[in-house]
Amino acid sequence: MLETIIQGILLGGLYCIFALGLSLMFGVMRLTNIALGDQIIISGFIAIGMATVLGFNVLWIGLLLLPIAYISGFCFQGWVLNRTLSKDPLPSLVVTFGLSIVIQNTLQMVFGANPRSLDVGSLSTAGVELSPSLTVGVLPLIIFVSAIVCTFGLQWLFAHTAIGRSFRAVSDDREVAELMGLSAKRVFATATGLAFCLIALAGWFQGMRTTVSPSDGPSLLLFAFEAVIIGGMGSFWGTFLGAMVLGVTQQVGFHYDPGWGIWFGHLVFIVVLFIKPNGLFPKTKG
Amino acid sequence: MTVHTQHINMTRTPLPILPISLGVLFLGTAITMPFWGQAYWLHEFVNISCFFIFAMMWNLLAGYGGMVSVGQQAFFGLGGYFVLAMGNLAGVSPFIGIPLAAILTAIMALPLSKLAFRLNGGYFAIGTWVIAEVVRLTVANISIVGGGSGTSLTAFRGVDRVFRQHMTYWIALTCVVATVALILLFLRSKQGLALQAIRDSEVAASSQGVDVIRMKLAVYVVAALGCGLAGALYFASNLRISPDAAFSVNWTAFAIFIVMIGGVGRIEGPIIGTFVFWLINHYLSDYGTWYLIGLGGLAIVMSLYMKDGLAGFIHRKTGKDFLSIKRIYRSK
Repeated sequence: MLETIIQGILLGGLYCIFALGLSLMFGVMRLTNIALGDQIIISGFIAIGMATVLGFNVLWIGLLLLPIAYISGFCFQGWVLNRTLSKDPLPSLVVTFGLSIVIQNTLQMVFGANPRSLDVGSLSTAGVELSPSLTVGVLPLIIFVSAIVCTFGLQWLFAHTAIGRSFRAVSDDREVAELMGLSAKRVFATATGLAFCLIALAGWFQGMRTTVSPSDGPSLLLFAFEAVIIGGMGSFWGTFLGAMVLGVTQQVGFHYDPGWGIWFGHLVFIVVLFIKPNGLFPKTKG
Repeated sequence: MTVHTQHINMTRTPLPILPISLGVLFLGTAITMPFWGQAYWLHEFVNISCFFIFAMMWNLLAGYGGMVSVGQQAFFGLGGYFVLAMGNLAGVSPFIGIPLAAILTAIMALPLSKLAFRLNGGYFAIGTWVIAEVVRLTVANISIVGGGSGTSLTAFRGVDRVFRQHMTYWIALTCVVATVALILLFLRSKQGLALQAIRDSEVAASSQGVDVIRMKLAVYVVAALGCGLAGALYFASNLRISPDAAFSVNWTAFAIFIVMIGGVGRIEGPIIGTFVFWLINHYLSDYGTWYLIGLGGLAIVMSLYMKDGLAGFIHRKTGKDFLSIKRIYRSK
C-alpha cells in the first residue's frame, strides 16, 4: 500500500507539470487552453523525432526543446490567441479546440496510431532503494523534483519579479495595467511562452516515463484540469497538492481494479467539486 | 420634482413569411420522400438530422445561453443507451423509446447541472468534458448494456425493415421541424429575451429581475433533452452502439464546426452549417485525417476572421435576417 501511495505521489509530479501550464494561462489571461494535452503529446513526438533523426542525447533534446517552445508559445499568443481574448470565452475555446483536432490528426498522419517512447537507456530501469522492500525509479523521482522546482519557481516569479508583477497586474485589471504603460499583449505572449516551456517539459517527461500516442492528449488535459480544481485555483502550491491527490487516487484505484483507476480519479474530482468548489487548498494569497 | 416615465414600445419583428413558406414547401417534399426516394437517402437524412438537432442545441447553449460546453456527447450517448436499454431489456418499441429516452436524458441533466454550474467560462467547458468521460467510463463498465465493446439493438426484431426505415425517417423529420419551431418560438418569447440578456450581461439581466440561475438551468436541461433526442434517434437508426462511439467528443466537435461555419447565436446558423457540413462530409470524408484537419482548421479560421459565420456574412451583405427573433424600437 505504501508503495502504491509513493507511486501515486510520483505520478502526481508529472500531473503537476501538466497542470501548471493550464493554471498559468488561465491565471494571467483567463484563457482556457483546450489543446494543452495535445501540445504535451506533440512535444513528446518532437523530442522522439529529434532523437531518431538527429540522434541527439535526451538531455540535449530537452535543452533544445525549451527555447523552441518559448518562441512558439510567444508567437502563438501574439499572432493568434490575442485576437480571441474578450469577455466571451467562445472564440478562444473554439480556436484551441480546433487546434487540438488539427494536432491529433496531424500526428496520426505523420507517426501513425502506435504509441512511442523516448529512449533514455539505463535511466528507465534505474532505481533507488528506500528500504529492502521498496525501490523507487530514478526517472519518476527526477520528474517529481522538477515539479517541485517548477512550482517553487512560478510562485517565486509571481511574487518577487517584475515579470510576475506584470502578470498579476494584467490579470487584475488589464485597462489599468495598460494605463501604467504595460503592453498587455506582450505580457500575455510572455505568459504563454512560459506555459509552453512547461508543456514541452511535460511532453519530454511523458515521452521518457511512458509512451505518447496521438490520441492521448484529451485525457492529459482532463488530468491537468482536475489537479487545478482539486487543489483550488489561484495558488501554484494548491495545484501541486491537487496533482498529488489525483495521482495517489488514480494509483490506489488501479491497485484495486485496473479498469476503474481513471474513473476513481474522476470521482474524487467530482466529490471535491461538489463539496468544496474552491478546492481542497484554497489560496490565501499567491 | 416630476418623474418622467418613458415608455419604450418594443415590438417583435413579424414572423418571417418567406422562409416559413419555403420551409412548408421543403416539408411537403420531405414528408413524401419515402414513397419516391431511395432507402439510403432516408438513412442519410436521419443521420444528418441527428447532427442538426445536436448542433441546434449546442448553439442554444453557447450562442444564446453563453455556456460553451465540450461535453454534450454525454447526453447524446445517454439518449442512445436509454433507447437501447428500454428496447433490449424491457421490450419497449424504439419508436416510443426515442421520446422517452430524450425525457430521461433531460432528467439526468438535473443532477449533472449541479456539478457543471460550479464552474464558469472555459473551465465550464472542460468540466462538462470530464462529466461526459465519467458517464462513458461508467456505461463501459455496465455489462448488461454490452460493457466496453457495446451491443446491438435487438428490439426491432420481427419489425418489417421498410416499415422501420419509413417510421424512423418520419420521426426524424418531426424532430427536426419541432426543434426549429420550438427554438424559434422560445427565442421570440419573453424567456428568450431574458436568455439573451443573460448572455450579454448576467449582472445587468439579474438587476432587471431575470432569475439567472433558473434560466440557465432551463436551457441546460432543454439542451440535454435535444441532445438525448438526437442520440436516441441516431442509435435507433444505426442499430449498434458502443461507449466510445456514443460518448465520443467528435460529436461536439462536429456541432462546434457546424455552428461556427453557419453562425453562432443565430437560428439560421446551424441550418446553413449543417448543409455545408453535409456537403463536406459527403464528398471529403474519405480523406480521413486530412478531412478532420480541414474541419478543425476551418473552425479556427472562422472564429478568427468571420465570427458570425456564413449567416452573419449574408446578413451583413443583404441586411436581411431570415429567421428573425429581433425586437425593434418603435417610438411613440
